[in-house]
Amino acid sequence: MKLHEYQAKQFLSRYGIQIPRGRVALTAYEAKQIAEELGSNVIIKSQVLTGGRGKAGGIRLARNPREAEEMATAILSMDIKGLPVRKVLVEEAIQFNREIYLAIVNNRVSGTPTILVSASGGMDIEEVAHMSPEKIISENIHPLLGLRDYQVRDLASAINLPHSYWKQFMQICKSLWQLFRDMDATLAEINPLVISTENELLAVDAKTTIDENALFRHPDINEIGDTEVEDPAETEAHKYGLSYIKLDGEIGCLVNGAGLAMAVMDMIQYYGGKPANFLDIGGGASADKVASAMRIILEDGNVNCVLINIFGGITRCDEVARGVTLALADASRQVPVVARLIGTNATEGQKILEDANMHTLDSLSDAARKAVELSTGSHT
Amino acid sequence: MSILLNKQSRIIIQGITGEEGLFHTRSMVAYGSNIVGGTSPGKGGEWVLDGKYPVFDSLKLAVDATGANTSVIFVPARNAADAMLEAVDGGVSLVICITEGIPVQDMMKVKHHAGTKGARVIGPNCPGVLSAGQSKAGIIPGHITMPGNIGVVSRSGTLTYEMVYALKQLGLGTSTCVGIGGDPVIGTGFTQILGLFEDDADTEKVVLIGEIGGQDEEAAAEFISRNMTKPVFAFIAGVSAPTGKRMGHAGAIIEGGRGNAVSKITSLENAGVKVGHNLEELATWLK
Repeated sequence: MKLHEYQAKQFLSRYGIQIPRGRVALTAYEAKQIAEELGSNVIIKSQVLTGGRGKAGGIRLARNPREAEEMATAILSMDIKGLPVRKVLVEEAIQFNREIYLAIVNNRVSGTPTILVSASGGMDIEEVAHMSPEKIISENIHPLLGLRDYQVRDLASAINLPHSYWKQFMQICKSLWQLFRDMDATLAEINPLVISTENELLAVDAKTTIDENALFRHPDINEIGDTEVEDPAETEAHKYGLSYIKLDGEIGCLVNGAGLAMAVMDMIQYYGGKPANFLDIGGGASADKVASAMRIILEDGNVNCVLINIFGGITRCDEVARGVTLALADASRQVPVVARLIGTNATEGQKILEDANMHTLDSLSDAARKAVELSTGSHT
Repeated sequence: MSILLNKQSRIIIQGITGEEGLFHTRSMVAYGSNIVGGTSPGKGGEWVLDGKYPVFDSLKLAVDATGANTSVIFVPARNAADAMLEAVDGGVSLVICITEGIPVQDMMKVKHHAGTKGARVIGPNCPGVLSAGQSKAGIIPGHITMPGNIGVVSRSGTLTYEMVYALKQLGLGTSTCVGIGGDPVIGTGFTQILGLFEDDADTEKVVLIGEIGGQDEEAAAEFISRNMTKPVFAFIAGVSAPTGKRMGHAGAIIEGGRGNAVSKITSLENAGVKVGHNLEELATWLK
C-alpha cells in the first residue's frame, strides 16, 4: 500500500527526520492561507500516488500567497495519469546546495532489506540504475542485527559526504531504518535528501510503501490508506476475495490459481488475442463467488468472450459451472463462453455449461484458440 | 529415491486441528504419507481423524514423542512465521509452509534463522512437496501424478498441477515435485532444488516452472549452465503481464524494468534450457 508524500513525510518527521515546513490543503483558499503563514516562496505539490508529477505540471513554485492560490486552483483541477488531484501539499521552498538519494527497500535477491544511497539525488533513480548503476551504493541490512553504524559511515564515505554532515546523516539513516522496520515498509525513500544553504539535511520528497500482508498489525496505517486510486472493479473484486486486475483486451479470463491465470493470459496473447483481465478465483471457490467473478468480467464493456480454465482440486468444477450460469442468467448482455474444466467433478461441470450452450474443450490450448477465434471473429 | 521427502519421512502437521489442516492431513494419509501427529496450542492430548493421530501443544513435544523430522504448516498468516521458527528450533530439518500472506520482513528473519540452524524451509505460499508413490507433504493432489524420473520445481501451485497432469496424460511420471512458493522472499530457491535433482539417481530430467518477478530464474539459468548435466525444460508465466502490477502472487511483479518474462526466458535459453510456449507443448518434449 502506497502512502501519499504528505503522509510519508509526517512519519519521517515523527522519527526525527527534518522536513520542510508546510501542510496539506484540500482547497485553493486553504493553500493561500498556508502560504501566508509560511511567509516565503512555497512549493505547491499535487498529492497523487504516481510518479512524474513534476513533468505533468503537478508541482509548482509560488512567490506569494496569491500565486499559491492560483496554482493550487489549477493543480486541484488536474488529472495526473488518470488520477484526479484531491489534495495539494504546500511547503516552504528550500534553497539547497546538494541533492542525495536515500532509500531502504526489501531486496528479494539477498533476502534482506537493503539501504541505497546515491550522490545523484533528485533524479529518477530507475534511470540512474539503468544508465550508471555504479552511482548507486548499497549495503544489505542484516534482518536480525539491523543497520550497523559502520555501514552508514561507509555509505557517507562512498558519496563523499563532508565529515561535518556525518552525524546528521547517521541519525537520518538510523531513523529511516527504524521507521522501515516499525511500519513493515517495503520501500522508504527520500529523494532528494538535500543539504540546504543553511547546512541542514532535509527530506524534500518522500515515498513509503507498506507491506499489505502486515497491515493487520498496523490498523492506523490501514485507515489512512487511499483506496480512491484503485480501479473500482479491482476494489469490488477484493471484497469477494478475488484477485482481479483489469487489462485492455477483449477476452475475459476466469481461472483458479495465480500462475495459471497468467499462463492463460499468455496463451491468449500467443494465439493472437488480447486478455481483458487477470483473475484468480482462489482455491475452493463457491458458486456465489464464481458468479461475482463472472459479473465483474462482464461489467467490462470491452469483453466480447470469456475463457474459463479450472484445474479442479479443492475447487469443484460443477460449483464453478453453477456460478457461471447463475451470473449469465441475470446478465444484461450475453457473450460466448469457452471453458476447459479438469479434475474434481469436471464431467458434471461440463454438462451444466454445455446445457447452457457454452463451448467446452479438453485442452487449454484448444480452448484458448477457440476463445481467440470467437473474440477476433466478432470484430469483423 | 527422490529428493527432500520419502516414505520414511516422519511428518508433523502444525495447525492440524484447523479446517485446512485436517482436510489436507486426511488427503496426505490417503496418499500414504507417514504422518506422525500434529500440533495445535491448547489442544494437546486430543486425537484427530478417528483418534489415530495425536495432537501436541508444541512442536518440541511432538518431536520428542514421535521423532518427526519434517513439518507442514497450515497455521494462519499472522502466526505462521512463529510456527516456522518453532519448527526450526524444535529440531525439524525440513519445514514446509503452505500459508499465504506472511509479512516479508517476518520471512526474512525466519530465513536467516533457519540458515544458522541448518534447517531447510520450503515456501511460504507454496503447495508443498510430493515424491510420487512415496509421500506428500502439502496440498498437491496425489492422483494427478505418477512415479517416474522427471523432477518438477515450480513457483506456482496450479501450474505445477497442470504440468504433472499433462505429463501423466502422456504416461510420464515424476520423481519429486517441489512447489517453492510465490512470495518475494522464500526459504529455498530454484538453484538449491536443481542441485538436489542433479544429485538424485532417480531424476533424469528436470522441469522448471517460473514466473515474472525477482531474479531467481536468472540465477537458476546460471546454475544450470555451470553445474547441471541433466536436461532442464522450462515454462515461464507472465509474458503478457503488464509492468508494475502484482499478478496474484505477492512476488509476481515486474518492478523497475526487472523481472520480466523475456529476460528470464532468454537467460534460460542461453543456458541450454528448452523453454515452452505452454505446458502441453513442454510435456511432449519430455517423452
